[in-house]
Amino acid sequence: MSAEPDGGAGEVRLPPSLEGVERVQSVRTPIRLEYDYRPSAAAESYLRAYEDRRIIGHRSPVDGAVFIPPRGVDPRHGTATTDEVELPDTGHVGNFCVTHLPIPGRKDLELPYVSAWIHLDGAAVGFLGLVRGCATDEVRIGMRVRAVWKPDDELGATAENILHWEPTGEPDVPVEWAGNRAFLRGQAGLEDGADDEATDA
Amino acid sequence: MGKERTAVLGVGQTEYRSTRGDVSMAGLVREAALRALADAGVGWADIDAVVIGKAPDFFEGVMMPELYLADALGCAGKPILRVHTAGSVGGSTALVATSLVQAGVHRRVLTLGFEKQSESNATWALSLPQPFSVSINAGAGGYFSPIIRQYMARSGAPDLIGCMVAFKDRQHALRNPHAHLHQADLTFDQVVEAPMLWDPIRYSETCPSSDGACAMVLGDEAAGDASPNPVAWVHGTAMRSEANNFPGRDEVSPQASRDCAADVFRQAGITDPRAEIDAVEMYVPFSWYEPMWLESLGFAEHDQGWRMVEEGATHLDGGDLPVNCSGGVLSSNPIGASGMIRFAEAALQVRGMAGEHQVDGARRAFGHAYGGGAQYFAMWVVGADKP
Amino acid sequence: MREVAVVATASRQVPVLTGTTEVQLMVPLIESARAAVGLTQEDIGFTCSGSSDFLAGQAFSFVHTLDAVGAVPPISESHVEMDGAFALYEAWVKLQIGEVDTALVYSYGKSSPGSLRDVLALQLDPYYLAPLWPPADAVAALQARLLLESGAASPEELAGIAVRSQHHAAANPNAVRSSTDVTVGDVLAEAPVADPLRPSDLAAEADGGCAVVLAAGDRASDLCERPAWIRGIDHRIDAHALGVRDLTRAPSAALAASRAGAGGDRLDLVELHSPTTSQEAILVREIGLDDTTVVNPSGGALAGCTLMAAGLMRIAEAADRITGGTADRALAHATSGPCLQQNLVCVLEGA
Repeated sequence: MSAEPDGGAGEVRLPPSLEGVERVQSVRTPIRLEYDYRPSAAAESYLRAYEDRRIIGHRSPVDGAVFIPPRGVDPRHGTATTDEVELPDTGHVGNFCVTHLPIPGRKDLELPYVSAWIHLDGAAVGFLGLVRGCATDEVRIGMRVRAVWKPDDELGATAENILHWEPTGEPDVPVEWAGNRAFLRGQAGLEDGADDEATDA
Repeated sequence: MGKERTAVLGVGQTEYRSTRGDVSMAGLVREAALRALADAGVGWADIDAVVIGKAPDFFEGVMMPELYLADALGCAGKPILRVHTAGSVGGSTALVATSLVQAGVHRRVLTLGFEKQSESNATWALSLPQPFSVSINAGAGGYFSPIIRQYMARSGAPDLIGCMVAFKDRQHALRNPHAHLHQADLTFDQVVEAPMLWDPIRYSETCPSSDGACAMVLGDEAAGDASPNPVAWVHGTAMRSEANNFPGRDEVSPQASRDCAADVFRQAGITDPRAEIDAVEMYVPFSWYEPMWLESLGFAEHDQGWRMVEEGATHLDGGDLPVNCSGGVLSSNPIGASGMIRFAEAALQVRGMAGEHQVDGARRAFGHAYGGGAQYFAMWVVGADKP
Repeated sequence: MREVAVVATASRQVPVLTGTTEVQLMVPLIESARAAVGLTQEDIGFTCSGSSDFLAGQAFSFVHTLDAVGAVPPISESHVEMDGAFALYEAWVKLQIGEVDTALVYSYGKSSPGSLRDVLALQLDPYYLAPLWPPADAVAALQARLLLESGAASPEELAGIAVRSQHHAAANPNAVRSSTDVTVGDVLAEAPVADPLRPSDLAAEADGGCAVVLAAGDRASDLCERPAWIRGIDHRIDAHALGVRDLTRAPSAALAASRAGAGGDRLDLVELHSPTTSQEAILVREIGLDDTTVVNPSGGALAGCTLMAAGLMRIAEAADRITGGTADRALAHATSGPCLQQNLVCVLEGA
């Protein structure tokens, strides 16, 4: 066993020709790579549906849980999903973040803005959306929301067709059944909708 | 054939800084490696294999940089593995290296985690335009803040608990010469008054972006017995992963976290973690994660973790369970190394070599890292005594 | 060491994967490999995967692919930013410790959305070489030129390697380049891409994935009639700087082969992960193969090379032939880095 790590702290000497020359502090080597992505069949259906203001999820063959956006797999079981389900454009805020930082490339956003996990009625998981139409400090877990769509003549095959989500004014989903817990409520034999089970907001 | 006892023979850390412009990537990893070798009292020839970890390659813009770093790490003719398990990678990397010794495959293994975030733009790397999705989350804080909000709502924790954690860790960092943030004049009021970034996360409650590397030399029982400095013996190791988004997922205290902790404490024969662990180095990139992990890992009862913070139980001065005496991720965050720093600092504590941030008489310590959407976990328990 | 065997494999490789994400690619492969030996994820003791963010063009890309496994309840799992053959090595180490008896290994690559020859330039020294953006085939051509000039191989021999690959690949549904009638003359008539390398000298780029189930000791024998026992596995790396290496040699391949026990009894076949014909010639020399061994019965990586999975696929190909009873002893190889910098060798036996 050698006692000292070899090759450690030898002094580096510059050749005479480089003495007194300004040191190179850094080099800039820009990297540019291009990727040409094609949507999967699941993403294709999902994006096409947006053209008609429709939202598509995938139903798991295991227990009927609906996943959105559809990715062709139930992540709990690694099981393929192909069964498309149309979801309503209403749901609740599962959770949210009030952000005071700008997003690169989104100059249209006024700060602070609220990004939220939107849990559509009938979906087992949430997906991300902006919440507007109320003060940021009025947004809460369980708040009922509906989609605000772009005008018909601006619709494209993109999730950006939903400009944001706004409060419906309906009673909240109880916090204990909001977000990822909503599906368990359905499994527990309780009503999944918000109308008759909701508590007072 | 049994599991070979494994020991931490040496630890080497670079200084953590926002920019280590004085060294290349190779120079950075070599600095940590040489210090670990010196601590272990061994040379390059004594190392049988290298296990290296770092966060996404896009952070430096080098694809599989271990290929290039092989030269700086004396790897020619040796095996090298490159681990990547998101933010937990520093911990997982140490555990893969541990498994090489435990399996009897190698006698001494050098393991190292690094990040040189100044060489690229991590924000760019994390916000590469992704096709077919809407980009509305600015950074990791946007992801974790709702989970913190959920914890606050569920536990009834007072609003300033997060600030208390941040202030404590920055105070701890003053006693760690390697730490990136040394804010000697920082006051608690300044922590509280810092701008809100991702409500409820203030700027002062977030981790910095650092350059740095951390290395360890691990050895088998014979190597541990022969090592000149005190060694840390590995008493338990565990990794767990779970899916990112599924119905019924507990995002505040993921099952993968609870399972991983239960496994590692079972291996170490620990039934009361708070009483039996002397020092904790846990992965807290946002201050609120300290009380959240205290609960999830079994150091505190459900919804009671914040009380430990409030009572000062996690402070190096006077606390019964000092957490992140090194200053933690909140004070130094070279991402790919951050997990390994937790593991290495735990080892330093039980070796009695933590310097000014030493917990007096620490015999058993806990190292922790997590990553992804709080879905990848790596943990170990190390002790001063042979298991 | 503990006896560990490959007990099930599943692979898919196509020229360009369309309409399918990496996670969708892996769902049926993982399911098929597990089902072949009657296991569910809850029966698996350890899971390890390999992939590259630079192929996906996305940081943390492997996090999404975890969904293909079904990690609920949580699993003991790890990931290497390496070819799946190295993930298999990590799983083999885990099985050596003796606490778990089964492991799932998978890897995948979908390089078609980007330009692989440019992406691979970013594997080179980031200060001195990568800024010059040398394409991967140009770097390999430097090595091929040296090999030809040294006299260790002739253009005809390299063309012969290409022809053999394409002929063998005709029987492999996962091959993306095959031919029953291509000749040495045909290959030599091709215009070079990166002189002296011609199109047929370069591995055919592909998208794909591979899943493998490992089991230890009696568990392997219970799960599989004829397990492919891993009798030796080792990997080594050479220096990175091209200028300090003798590019006509790959000492890390020779060392890994020796340590994996490649010598000794006759090898019925080898599956080599050679990105070029010149590299295959170097590997044959370093591993020390003679004429009695069949090289690349699947066509090898030349007939279809999925970056990050090509090495694991070689192990799967070799294991399948042992499990299927057509071979008793086989060697599989994986490589990574420019000019065969890093090499893994796995020796498999039927009994």
